[in-house]
Amino acid sequence: MNDLPQQLANGLLLGALYGLIAIGYTMVYGIVQLINFAHGEIFMIGGFGALTAFLWLPDGTSLLVALPLMILMAMACSVLVAVGAERFAYRPLRNAPRLAPLITAIGLSIALQQAVWAFYPDATKSRPFPEFEGGRLDFGAFAISRGDLFLLIAAPLCMITLGFFVSKTRTGRAMQATSQDPDTAKLMGINTDRIIVTAFAIGAAFAAIAAVAHGLKYGEVNFKMGFIAGLKAFTAAVLGGIGNIYGAMIGGLVLGLSEAMATAYIENIPGMSQLGGGAWKDVWAFVLLILVLLLRPQGLLGARVSDRA
Amino acid sequence: MRHRSLFIVTTAVTVGALTLSACGSRDDSSEGGSGGGGKTTVVIGLDAPLTGDLSALGQGIKNSADLAVKTANKNNEVEGVTFKLEALDDVAQAATGQQNATKLVGDDEVMGVVGPLNSDVGQSMQKVFANDNLVQVSPANTNPELTQGKDWQSGKKVRGFDTYFRTSTTDAIQGPYAAQYMFNDKKLKKVYVIDDKKTYGAGLAATFSTEFKKLGGKVVGTDHINPDDKDFSSVASKVAQTDAEFVYYGGEYPAGAPLASQIKNAGAKIPTVGGDALFSAEYIKLGKKNSEGDFASSVGAPLETLETAKKFIADYSAGGYDGAFEAYGGYAYDSTWAIIQAVKAVVEKNDGKLPGDVKDSRKQITEAMQDVKFEGVTGSVGFDEFGDTLNKQLSLYEVKGGKHVPVKTGVFEG
Repeated sequence: MNDLPQQLANGLLLGALYGLIAIGYTMVYGIVQLINFAHGEIFMIGGFGALTAFLWLPDGTSLLVALPLMILMAMACSVLVAVGAERFAYRPLRNAPRLAPLITAIGLSIALQQAVWAFYPDATKSRPFPEFEGGRLDFGAFAISRGDLFLLIAAPLCMITLGFFVSKTRTGRAMQATSQDPDTAKLMGINTDRIIVTAFAIGAAFAAIAAVAHGLKYGEVNFKMGFIAGLKAFTAAVLGGIGNIYGAMIGGLVLGLSEAMATAYIENIPGMSQLGGGAWKDVWAFVLLILVLLLRPQGLLGARVSDRA
Repeated sequence: MRHRSLFIVTTAVTVGALTLSACGSRDDSSEGGSGGGGKTTVVIGLDAPLTGDLSALGQGIKNSADLAVKTANKNNEVEGVTFKLEALDDVAQAATGQQNATKLVGDDEVMGVVGPLNSDVGQSMQKVFANDNLVQVSPANTNPELTQGKDWQSGKKVRGFDTYFRTSTTDAIQGPYAAQYMFNDKKLKKVYVIDDKKTYGAGLAATFSTEFKKLGGKVVGTDHINPDDKDFSSVASKVAQTDAEFVYYGGEYPAGAPLASQIKNAGAKIPTVGGDALFSAEYIKLGKKNSEGDFASSVGAPLETLETAKKFIADYSAGGYDGAFEAYGGYAYDSTWAIIQAVKAVVEKNDGKLPGDVKDSRKQITEAMQDVKFEGVTGSVGFDEFGDTLNKQLSLYEVKGGKHVPVKTGVFEG
């Protein structure tokens, strides 16, 4: 078990990535009760936005110089797509039965994926993403690659900023109010449409940061990467209690950790050697999800929803 | 309200589906009956991943087959016959490949099919072609089961489909060839074996392990990964914990490159070795500096060193194709050429034209394929009683300076 610290680090890093994407799911669900299945594609588009920014810069530009521009570009692309989706795909269906926007979301996710695939040059295969030079950073018990450093800094920073925004600013409190009861919030003079757009935009911005982190971590972007990432982030959001922004982060970390632990240790348990290893990690992650939902249907941090359903 | 929107959705989906299928049938009818000018048109079908992660290899196959067709038409290789290529995209998925096979079988002008790239796709297509006696020549399938049946390892070799041929050698010798090189030439005795659980990857990893253990090497660990995944950090950390001297990966480059890279990032400065599906420029592009020192085996000899390939390489670059011919370009050319030669044999036997009947033509071409022999791009092309190539050459490549450099070429002797 001497590689435990390393596996914990692997799991936490993976989990932080899931958590960052999950925030978008959770915020949108918290306010409009919509499971935005296109969120994974908004994440993917952020990755391609960052890559585009890097390709614009002259060859040999240091990644440290390019990074701020890449983040901005990623955010711009993701936010634009998310806000556009809200305006043109979801808002017209605001009062439609719950099923209609859900199907729209799935359709939108496929459309966005195919749009990148068809129109982004050379996107029919994985595109290499710039990486930090130099090897890994050794912390004694464990080591991480230089690309992970970005994620390590960005994830807590994002959470603190978001926590501050939601609890301390006017818009943040209006957001809480809207999520509690949109009709009353409207009567109190809150422009709920604007709040909903804000929720989509913040979720997309976080997804864009996650996309840059994903690119730096794995060294590539792919037009299909939104699907699996979106599914995992959705799982993380449900695990943590959908609608709860801290729950999304906790859910992500729990999911990432359980995947790492399953890969590393399940096969060491006597009689389980066939059920361990990398190919089975998703199975164990979803077994965990089912267990949590059986024992605590509202998720780890979720509150019981009684008045609205 | 609820009922109405559900109704609208259902209608929309149905209309959409109908429109799509209508498009398909229109395509078919416009392509049919184009054998004007007194010349017969013979369509050679092609199936490969033209989009998606493996598209680099797929496009190389398509372009090279196109070159063969153009060359045959230019040289008037078969008197009175004009060849045409119809390329379909299987996105590296078995189900799509099977649909494509059905489509090709349904087209009366198709007399042979080149492809596919992936062994599991090949497996899904075999029966469809066999039912209609349509000959299939794969430039890249390497799983032994496709020609020699399920029990090939125990020596009970049974050919399943008379219509299936291939110009690439099999994993039955590709894995062991790499094992011999790593053990005998590189003197590495401990390996960590990882595969992606697909037909190709798992088969390759198994043949490698068997030979490596037979030689006296030690497998210090095994794992499987999901090829759709991108995060292999946990598996990589496990590898780094062992004293493995190299990693053998049975699988393809979209997952192989990040896996090898993450293993090195995890602190294990050891090479990753794999089969022909790692032998792609994309592998190096994705793995970047971390791919340096990794190995890949591939079928045949390096085309650059072959006298027979010089003309192909020159013609390919003159053809102005998008992208390189990649690992299977030469084999795709030879596969296409083999079909052209089989058509030629049948035409010569039938007084200068194909038998009028489609079924009869296909059957005769399939039978003619068994005896096809010529000097191809990749060496001498011909088939044994299982439909496997007679050319059993193999090569190993090492990534040096951002390129795959051949380090050894030979014939496997087990």
